[in-house]
Amino acid sequence: MIQADLNVILPELILAVYAMIALLLAVYSTKDKMGPLLVWSTAGLMALLALWIAGSGSGNNVAFGGMFVDDGFSRFAKVTILLSAAAVLVMGQDYMARRGMLQFEYPLLVSLSVVGMMMMVSAGDLMSLYMGLELQSLALYVVASMRRDSVKSTEAGLKYFVLGALSSGLLLYGASLVYGFAGTTKFEGIIQVAQHGEVSVGLLFGIVFLISGMAFKVSAVPFHMWTPDVYEGAPTPVTAFFATAPKMAAMGLFARVMHDAFGNAVSDWSQIIALLSVASMFLGAVAAIGQTNIKRLMAYSSIAHMGFALMGLAAGTVFGVQAMLIYMAIYVTMNVGTFAFILMMEKDGKPVTDIASLNLYSRREPGKALAMLVLLFSLSGVPPMLGFFGKFYVLRAAYDAGLAWLAIAGVVASVIGAFYYLRIVYYMYFGEEGDELDRNSSPVLWGFLMASAAVMVLGIINMFGVEGAAAAAAATLVN
Amino acid sequence: METILLFAPLVGAILCGFGYKYIGEKAAMWTATGMLFLSAFLSWISFVTFDGVTQHIEVLRWIESGSLSTSWGIRLDRLTTIMLIVITTVSSLVHLYSFGYMDKDPQWKEGESYKPRFFAYLSFFTFAMLMLVTSDNLVQMFFGWEGVGVASYLLIGFYYRKPTANAAAIKAFVVNRVGDFGFALGIFGLFFLTDSINFNDVFAAAPKLAETQLTFLWTEWNAANLLAFLLFVGAMGKSAQLFLHTWLPDAMEGPTPVSALIHAATMVTAGVFLVCRMSPLMEFAPEAMAFVTVVGASTAFFAATVGLVQTDIKRVIAYSTCSQLGYMFVAAGVGMYSAAMFHLLTHAFFKALLFLGAGSVINAMHHEQEMTEYGGLRKKIPFTYWSMMIGTLAITGVGIPLTHIGFAGFLSKDAIIESAYAGGSGYGFWLLVVAAAMTSFYSWRLMFLTFFGKARGDKHTHDHAHESPITMLIPLGVLSVGAVLAGMLWYGSFFGHADQVGKFYGIPVAEASAHGETSDHGEDAGHGEPAADDGHGEATAEGEHHYVFAGKPGEGGLYFGKDNTVLDDAHAAPVWVKVSPFIAMLGGLLMAIWFYIINPSLPGRLATAQKPLYLFFKNKWYFDELYNVIFVKPALAIGRFLWKRGDGGTIDGFLNGVAMGVVPFFTRLAGRAQTGFIFTYAFWMVLGIAALVTWMSIGGGAH
Amino acid sequence: MSVFAFYLFAISAITGGLFTVISRQPVHSVLWLILAFLSSAGLFVLLGAEFVAMLLVIVYVGAVMVLFLFVVMMLDVDFAELKAEMAKFMPLALLIGLVILMQLVMAYGAWDSAHGASELLANPITTEHHNTEALGLILYDQYFLLFQLAGLILLVAMIGAIVLTLRHRKDVKRQDILGQMFRDPAEAMELKDVKPGQGL
Repeated sequence: MIQADLNVILPELILAVYAMIALLLAVYSTKDKMGPLLVWSTAGLMALLALWIAGSGSGNNVAFGGMFVDDGFSRFAKVTILLSAAAVLVMGQDYMARRGMLQFEYPLLVSLSVVGMMMMVSAGDLMSLYMGLELQSLALYVVASMRRDSVKSTEAGLKYFVLGALSSGLLLYGASLVYGFAGTTKFEGIIQVAQHGEVSVGLLFGIVFLISGMAFKVSAVPFHMWTPDVYEGAPTPVTAFFATAPKMAAMGLFARVMHDAFGNAVSDWSQIIALLSVASMFLGAVAAIGQTNIKRLMAYSSIAHMGFALMGLAAGTVFGVQAMLIYMAIYVTMNVGTFAFILMMEKDGKPVTDIASLNLYSRREPGKALAMLVLLFSLSGVPPMLGFFGKFYVLRAAYDAGLAWLAIAGVVASVIGAFYYLRIVYYMYFGEEGDELDRNSSPVLWGFLMASAAVMVLGIINMFGVEGAAAAAAATLVN
Repeated sequence: METILLFAPLVGAILCGFGYKYIGEKAAMWTATGMLFLSAFLSWISFVTFDGVTQHIEVLRWIESGSLSTSWGIRLDRLTTIMLIVITTVSSLVHLYSFGYMDKDPQWKEGESYKPRFFAYLSFFTFAMLMLVTSDNLVQMFFGWEGVGVASYLLIGFYYRKPTANAAAIKAFVVNRVGDFGFALGIFGLFFLTDSINFNDVFAAAPKLAETQLTFLWTEWNAANLLAFLLFVGAMGKSAQLFLHTWLPDAMEGPTPVSALIHAATMVTAGVFLVCRMSPLMEFAPEAMAFVTVVGASTAFFAATVGLVQTDIKRVIAYSTCSQLGYMFVAAGVGMYSAAMFHLLTHAFFKALLFLGAGSVINAMHHEQEMTEYGGLRKKIPFTYWSMMIGTLAITGVGIPLTHIGFAGFLSKDAIIESAYAGGSGYGFWLLVVAAAMTSFYSWRLMFLTFFGKARGDKHTHDHAHESPITMLIPLGVLSVGAVLAGMLWYGSFFGHADQVGKFYGIPVAEASAHGETSDHGEDAGHGEPAADDGHGEATAEGEHHYVFAGKPGEGGLYFGKDNTVLDDAHAAPVWVKVSPFIAMLGGLLMAIWFYIINPSLPGRLATAQKPLYLFFKNKWYFDELYNVIFVKPALAIGRFLWKRGDGGTIDGFLNGVAMGVVPFFTRLAGRAQTGFIFTYAFWMVLGIAALVTWMSIGGGAH
Repeated sequence: MSVFAFYLFAISAITGGLFTVISRQPVHSVLWLILAFLSSAGLFVLLGAEFVAMLLVIVYVGAVMVLFLFVVMMLDVDFAELKAEMAKFMPLALLIGLVILMQLVMAYGAWDSAHGASELLANPITTEHHNTEALGLILYDQYFLLFQLAGLILLVAMIGAIVLTLRHRKDVKRQDILGQMFRDPAEAMELKDVKPGQGL
């Protein structure tokens, strides 16, 4: 029995064991000098695992008595998480090495966080959900304050930690209410008793607290307030990591809990999520307009995007989940490229995060400016870039589910929010003369930037098969 | 063959207009002209070999929308072929003429290229006009209608550096628009009632339409009458009839070849063509026909009065055109469509001749257009003089009365006047006779002022007056031949006996004799409705074969209703009616000789003596001023209001208010909320939870 | 008897919690919190979960609270200032807290478990084993995954602490034990023959 279970959990197992072995190796040999090697090997391993999961996984496997679920949905989410984590690791290596931040524990903490993320999306039980969540969060708290000499970084980590602890407490409270109602923590058990029409007030409250805890991770309004400070304070590669993999994991977790545990009472909770979605979209659109720091801007941008993804979830249908998955995949790709660009912004060897420093960037580096233009257009949802199609999917899902008001609100918010993306484009192409940024020639970053931009443009042809995968994944989740 | 002749001008226009940079100006101009001559040649062949059977040639599939299924096609019947030869002949001659006329135009500097553009526009116009006349459904016709409007705009405003030319172009387009609106409403109404826009279907449905009621503008109308009226409104605009005529004199701002082609022979006759083409419908709309007659007659009269006192040579001819168009509409209004077409054909020849001749005079007098500067030019430019003499003889209608011998205008104008009498329109008849007198007067006035008497203008210009180049004289010659012979050659086909006319137009005729026997003659075997035994025919002598028009609406080029006996009545009109136009013409000629040869100071004294009347005529009956006050000023006021307050204030204000007021307000609010204190953040989270929990307990699906 | 014990423990837990929040001195807060935990341990004993009660005392009070005391001692936090900041928000916070309290009371008042819940809740395991043994049986068996994950979380915590705080001081000499142990006496010293008055 245990052998079969271990087979199901093999990828996580491999990653965790690798982290521990690498830790020992590094501690007893060259320590920090092994940093770059560890980064590359971790990224390589993650990529290999992603390919393995994508290629060989099939069917619906349950392990450890229902605690761990390996189905199409979790495989889709895991592949996205692993690939984005690998990308971000590799992107950030040079940046961190040059600033002396590349401690050898960094890739290991990231890999342990990824283990937690993979647990989250495969959760089949309230307790394993919580465990995965805590594992992921704890590693992220540490990594956020990795730049020990910076006050901002420490502040970011501390804020994330305290607020994260609060949200975990709320989540646990909700979980306890749900357990009290259902008598079991297994999702399969909960879904049988949480039928529409039989949902009592207590269970509803439990769902609310549960959603609040998860909304914190997803940075949905009003649980989003940590996002700007943490994104700004953390070192940029870490911010890139925050913006991609954990968001995918949290969204996956959200979908899993909502549909696996409460899938028979959709109309009871879809309103809550719709409210969160609309608030997030509008706040993300409006608040970023006054930003001058590009990392804070990306924080608000991610809040807005999460609002859109929640729109797909709020629909509560199979198509809604499919739309959400597609949106997240596109979002992660866009952010990888955007952060590759941000990592390249430096002046005299010091990183700059001021948007105004991008003045007339297109004159010095027309290629990179053009790639950034494509990515920004995609972020704001301008066709024919892929970002538009992501938005189109979620809007359609919301509309088909009868939430036309939500779709309209999404469109309005999208229009309002397009301003700050396009303002960056404006600076790059039409700004005033000013001090120029350094010419960064890191091939890795350039490669990711161009690849991401290319995907945005070429993806409209057939989206590289993601659509079909997402549809299959959604179908396994919502039955 | 018809397809070639239809698209050749378009090809010429494109090659000339876009290709002159590659093949050179001269080659471009010759390409366009060559294409036109090819079209003219083919259309003459088509006209001569036409056997009377209506043909449909499909060009391509066009609209498939709901129940509307139309293809782009050519309807080839007699009406079409007449128009084809008119259009292509005049257009090709005008192209040739423009070689000389547009050379060294003072409006452009050295090195600026304008001639290819001109030729391209001319060819494009010709294509649109051909499209109009060959269409086999209403929408295609409307396409051609609008196309000629566009071409007219481009050509009137060809001298775009002159503000007056631009204004005139816009005026032409806008006034035409009013007419086009009526036309469009007519098309919509026809589609609404018959569910088709093909001519065949519409014509076949015409008898039923006469018995249908249609609600429009909160009133019930007879469908046929209303639709015929609306279609005629379109014709009023395009043919510059009264109330929608104001654009035609101003259109003289364009170069003279343009005036000759568009505003004499072709575009302005599109309205007449429309009425004749829609004859199956018109025949069932007696009130609309009466309206057409009244408008036509009034226009003829009005334009002639204004033409009496104009001093710009082109304006006189312009008002003359307006007047002659009125004639054509009177004929159509009383039901004698073939007389209208006859006059259209002859008018094309002599009016184009007059305009081109005037252009030759203008060219000789170094672009001087005021007749007050002319005088005694017949020795200086003899060829032009003789051409214009022939044209004037044609337009005034010189011929031997009671015979079929005479210049072109004699035969066609008299046909109209006789038909007007026979059609029972006293108003129409008398106004037309008076207008004929005035026509004669002002036409001879023009000749005398220009070619006779003492030289009045600038001495230097008069000394250098010379004959025009050969490219300008050839068209004059060709048109002169037409002006002389056109009437006599085709009198029988247009205005002869019913069987001649029927054969010409492909309308089946039926024989009616007093014995009530009927026998069918005609091309469409078996379809003709025998004209009844009830003896529709007039009393004829025993044994003489007498024919009346038979056939369903839509067969043949024209349709004459069962009660339409105008042709025979016209032939049977009393002698004084047939002689009256000739008397009128003589009267006008004698008056003109008295005023301008014998007693040249008389006009001036008469003008001062009758100043109000003189000014009334000279200022075109103050129509322009009236329209300015009623329509133009209010429209501009509304436009200004909507621009400043509507667009600027409301729309821009709203957007600016949102984008620069509302949204930044929320941005500042959001910025302030992000305090940086961790307690605030936690507090917001708890607030969020409290809100959600409260909402769930109130509104959620709980027990 | 057990009722009296329950009320005793419950009231002392609540007072402990309350005074933790409102007392002025940080060390007092910690001590009150220790009281709250001890009371909770007593409540667990009443419920029959003696293992959890002991866990609470040993781990929470023994380790975590001691840690808290250390932190409170070492950090120079001006609690008075912090409390003053909090006082600004107190009215609104009380209001919100009251609202939530009311909602929760309403929820508990109308509490309606699912149909099969009570059976599931009642007896997850048999009464053959005592508490500790039963916990051990399922913790390493049914909840093996959670156990391992908990271990990973603790590992991350440990790594985190070291990553964030460990600084190698360059100006301090340390012992290199391995180097010392594998020192070869033969190579540690070198005898040189020096003529008097000449030096090396």
